[in-house]
Amino acid sequence: MSVLNELQKASLSPSGGQTGPEKHPMDDFLRMDRMPHIWCSTCGIGVSVNCFAKALEKLAVPLDDVVVVSGIGCTGRVAGYVKVDSFHTTHGRAIPFATGLKLANPKLKVIVFSGDGDIIAIGGNHFINAARRNIDITVICINNFNYAMTGGQLASTTPEGSILSTSPFGSFEFPFNLPFLAESVGAVYVARWTSLHVYNQTNSMIEAMKKPGFSFIEIVAPCPTIFERQQKMGDGLDRLRWYCENSVIRHDAGTKEADIRLRDKLIVGKFVDKERPTYLEAMNAHYQERLGPKYKVYEG
Amino acid sequence: MKTDPKGVLTGSHYLDGDFACCEGALAAGCRFIAGYPITPSTEVVERFARRAPLVDGALFIQMEDELAASIAIQGAVWAGKKAMTVTSGPGFSLMMEHIGLAAMTETPCVFVDVQRGGPSTGLPTLPSQADMMQARWGSHGDYEIIALSPNSPQECFDLTIDAFNLSEQYRVPVMFMMDECVGHMMERVVIPAADKIEITPRRYTKLPPGQYLPFKPAADLVPDMFKAGDGYRLHVTGLTHDFRGYPVMNAEVQEQLVHRLVDKIRLNAPKIWRFEETGVDDADVVIVTYGITSRVASEAIDIAREKGIKVGMLRLVVVWPFPEPRIFELACQGKAMVVAEMNYGQVFYEVDRSARGKAPVVLAGHGGGTVHNIDDIVKKIEEAHRCRS
Repeated sequence: MSVLNELQKASLSPSGGQTGPEKHPMDDFLRMDRMPHIWCSTCGIGVSVNCFAKALEKLAVPLDDVVVVSGIGCTGRVAGYVKVDSFHTTHGRAIPFATGLKLANPKLKVIVFSGDGDIIAIGGNHFINAARRNIDITVICINNFNYAMTGGQLASTTPEGSILSTSPFGSFEFPFNLPFLAESVGAVYVARWTSLHVYNQTNSMIEAMKKPGFSFIEIVAPCPTIFERQQKMGDGLDRLRWYCENSVIRHDAGTKEADIRLRDKLIVGKFVDKERPTYLEAMNAHYQERLGPKYKVYEG
Repeated sequence: MKTDPKGVLTGSHYLDGDFACCEGALAAGCRFIAGYPITPSTEVVERFARRAPLVDGALFIQMEDELAASIAIQGAVWAGKKAMTVTSGPGFSLMMEHIGLAAMTETPCVFVDVQRGGPSTGLPTLPSQADMMQARWGSHGDYEIIALSPNSPQECFDLTIDAFNLSEQYRVPVMFMMDECVGHMMERVVIPAADKIEITPRRYTKLPPGQYLPFKPAADLVPDMFKAGDGYRLHVTGLTHDFRGYPVMNAEVQEQLVHRLVDKIRLNAPKIWRFEETGVDDADVVIVTYGITSRVASEAIDIAREKGIKVGMLRLVVVWPFPEPRIFELACQGKAMVVAEMNYGQVFYEVDRSARGKAPVVLAGHGGGTVHNIDDIVKKIEEAHRCRS
């Protein structure tokens, strides 16, 4: 119906709608002059960028206040495509950059958008410490179980048994369970969805961005060019079908149970949603108590 | 412009170099330090941790490591703060990647390195000047930075302000190369009134969104800046990028960008060079030195002059960019040179290269752990004098 309305509007415009290509609903949010993007067909990253745009729209936050920070890797390219102030930093260090941004100007809405290798392996120390401090940022981690940009190497999230270029006989390492890790170090909001769960992940993004404190969303996403191909799991569409048949939504699941095995059921849901003072709230309250009236509340 | 008086501790103080550096940062308008403890630099951040809560708009955070500290300051800069991080050798090594990021994204910020003996863990509590080449080119790729070297607590205060001003003027990370001696020695430090302290404001663009290109340089090769939240909705990346800030993977844009990053310091170098000359005019031998070693060298000069050798001193205040033409000029005048530094030849090679064979250049090197033995420098002066004649 809305499409018909748009067409009608176009035909009623003085130029008869012949001025150029129709405006895409994502035009305001994406840097269209950078298209086409680098992501493979049926990769899950674009799906999450779309969900993120929808989440921002629904959240009705002024886009001038939104900042996206990425590290390095396929998901690290997100910052380059979103039409907000965006920073493409170094490998693993998006979170401490975001920490500096947020603390220097607490009015900014800071989102870290990056991959599992970036956030959890090379950037793992920053992840656990930012969560512990409850820095008021949202971390969206696209987990495709491998280092995709460099051609598909073993990651710290790779499920046991997965064949990758640096685990040619199958991985024998114990992988991270990201929701369990995030909860254990103090994240106030923890959710996991797959690329199939577009409404759920959009809603989680809205909730996470509303939530004061360190919020974390893991998105299990297909990497059809490498991961699914290497595991002989078909293409991206096959993988979505697999998610459909094997994901179990369990909001009440303990995060410890949410570990991922290559071909087992995949537990998704919102696992943690709790209150805890943010870094700046704790700092301001503490200094007010300790230093009294000579302390002026820090607001950036 | 004049600095904000809120952070200025005007008066005469008895401070060590680390504390003076912290006060210099506050006086320069620095309102964000992210740090990680490491001897012998820790006192800088300890002082800031104590001072920040009582200076409006200032914040200290102790990060989980030096990688985090050196990039958190860059986040703070892009959100509008003046920011600095502080470390010593091993931490400085960890910060290299983010010095490269600051060079590439032209993020004005200050890195303080209170040098200690190395390599590796080395001598945590004892001095060296062996990070000078690392300060210049420690990160991968081609770029130029500015490095200053104070020789007293008073200079730790004064030159920290200059470090911030230079970083803002050229949008470049500035290396503040202290050493353990200067960091821990206590002397009188006079902090002037705020209205006597000149600071360089950030060069924000005056163009509206849509017209402003974030990496298009002005006439001095430095682009104007924006900050997050101002409505520009722009992109900043460590990838090779065009005027728009967009990644471009080709040799043409690489040439345009990297050549400019190098040239904005090299072509502006005459405005950045800073050195102090003492008794150079009539000298047959000139000691080129910097930092704490300059104070040891001045005693060696007195002894050598008593022995009848005319010795002068060129003390580098700004070490990088290096004043090549001045060294060449002195060499052409037939003055032999002694380079006294607490390493086995870093600035020495620059002096030797700049002299272009016109005069003998002798290294008075030292492995660190303590300052030079004065007699060793005197011997090198005598050696240089012999070489000259």
